[in-house]
Amino acid sequence: MSDPAIIQPITDTPQRRAILRRLRRRPSVKGSLIALLIIVVTGLLLPSLALQNPYDLSSFSVMDSRLPPGAESFDGQVFLLGTDQQGRDMLSAILYGMRVSLMVGLISTAVALVIGICVGLTAAVLGGRIETLLMRIVDFILGFPTILVALVMLAMIGRGVDKVIFAIVVVQWANYARIMRSTALSERRKEYVEAAFNLGYSRPRVMFRHIMPNSLNAVLVVATVQIASAITLEATLSFLGVGVPVTEPSLGLLVASGFDYLMSGDYWISFYPGVALLLLIFSLNLVGDRLRTALDPKRS
Amino acid sequence: MMNALHADAGPTPPPVLEMRALEREFTRKPVLAERLLGLLGRQIDIPVLKAVRSVDLSVHEGEVLGLVGESGCGKSTLGRMLTGITSPSRGELDYNGKPVTELSGQALRDFTLDVQMIFQDPYASLNPRQKVGDILAEPLRVHRITRSETETRKRVDEALREVGLDVSYRDRYPHQFSGGQRQRIGIARALIVEPRFLVCDEPIAALDVSIQAQVINLFLDLRRRRNLTYLFISHDLSVVRHIADRVAIMYLGQIVELAPAARLFAEPAHPYTRTLLEQIPSVRNRKRKFHAVKGEIPSPLKPPSGCAFHPRCAFATDRCRAEAPLPRDLTETHRVSCHLFDNN
Repeated sequence: MSDPAIIQPITDTPQRRAILRRLRRRPSVKGSLIALLIIVVTGLLLPSLALQNPYDLSSFSVMDSRLPPGAESFDGQVFLLGTDQQGRDMLSAILYGMRVSLMVGLISTAVALVIGICVGLTAAVLGGRIETLLMRIVDFILGFPTILVALVMLAMIGRGVDKVIFAIVVVQWANYARIMRSTALSERRKEYVEAAFNLGYSRPRVMFRHIMPNSLNAVLVVATVQIASAITLEATLSFLGVGVPVTEPSLGLLVASGFDYLMSGDYWISFYPGVALLLLIFSLNLVGDRLRTALDPKRS
Repeated sequence: MMNALHADAGPTPPPVLEMRALEREFTRKPVLAERLLGLLGRQIDIPVLKAVRSVDLSVHEGEVLGLVGESGCGKSTLGRMLTGITSPSRGELDYNGKPVTELSGQALRDFTLDVQMIFQDPYASLNPRQKVGDILAEPLRVHRITRSETETRKRVDEALREVGLDVSYRDRYPHQFSGGQRQRIGIARALIVEPRFLVCDEPIAALDVSIQAQVINLFLDLRRRRNLTYLFISHDLSVVRHIADRVAIMYLGQIVELAPAARLFAEPAHPYTRTLLEQIPSVRNRKRKFHAVKGEIPSPLKPPSGCAFHPRCAFATDRCRAEAPLPRDLTETHRVSCHLFDNN
């Protein structure tokens, strides 16, 4: 059939590339992306980069305890950011701590995201009693202060990286479930979903192949910001002494361990981990925020 | 496929779909306070919206049945019930002489695929995250209609060509196309499962006028090539006149008149049909003034007593206000629900 309607499609650009381009153009995003990249790369290459392994008690000496930044150790090592009360090099401790923080943030967010997406999607698609039940559980969890729930849980199950992750997942999945449900509800009413049911696709297929990919934007943007808040939560819990074990210090625990010496002038033990935490969270938030702007179709 | 036992297997082909007293209501769930009152034994009134009220209608093999009415009169709900997207509240829907509710297994699958829908909004009816090729291939893969990927691809290309699109478009996303092109993709998606029956829910209302004719011609073409049966829903009588064999006029959830297209346009019976016909602009009646249909379409939450059209009808009598008219046959094929035709 030769038809006058064979006109060229009206646009040509693949969407994904445009979003990335829009993201990269912002100098502030560029900065935080680079900072993030550095953090992730150093986190991965640490063992070969760091001066010492802060988890290995034999690699440092109490003789080097609480040295100021730039001081030299017995055997000629330079501690750029000083040492803590046990003689650990702060720079190495920060790099390792950053890795712990980042890992906790990423893993807990990913797990919470998956649970939240599944729960929200199920609630939106099935509706009825199941929806009511699921959303009341969500309301229940969101009704308590995050830090309180996490504290109580960790007080019961004890310390440990895995347990902190578990606690963060428990308090955070409900956020995603609520967002996912509302976006999925509005997608569900669109005609392409009706068309999918009309073509006899199974319910799980429509849920995961059609509704989900179109509802992810909002929840993913929230997730990038939530990584930062998961890290903050982990740092807070560690600072309060219920988070990661003392042998594997995260940034929050490092801040806590320097807290006692803050008044005696040994500021670096708390200060530099604090700065690192700030940088990490700041760049994560910035990237998340810009991602939201870039994904907003009305701004294209 | 034809049901030999069917009673009126005379000159008219047997109905593909038959609706008997089909109804659909929408209501909301009681809120907590109302449920508590209900527990206390208090009568609670939750408004019920009757979108479709007792529709008897059959669509015959190979015909185009036009369904016309103002927006909000329940035409889309009726169409959705035929495709199974919405389930009826009451009444019966027969497919090939068998109630749809009793279909299962292979028969249910056949019904699902045989009756396809073309949607109104070409911007909402395609999944924006799927490439055109995947949109078209998915039904084939899900129902294992094709045996290999090469066969799937061949079918997808055929479908694209059939609706007048280039095969290279299969790697593009829906947002890269114009409304008319998208509607063609929607049509290709429906056709790829080789349906017998298409429910077209205002398929051209959202398109530019310049594209409308092309898409209508595509529908006519497809009908000729594939012997398709259509339920063509529209609020535009001039479009229906062009495409339909029979026309049903719907008002507030009911069919008020049903006749072959030629007869309906020549001798409209129901006062509502007459008012609608007067609205069609044509070269001949250019000089005439247009009289808008008096008043608004009444709320389906509170339909008027008696004949639903009486508040807007120029011929309304006391009887119209009190008693709902029953459908009566003016000729073998012309049916109308109006008291004016009771004693002639």
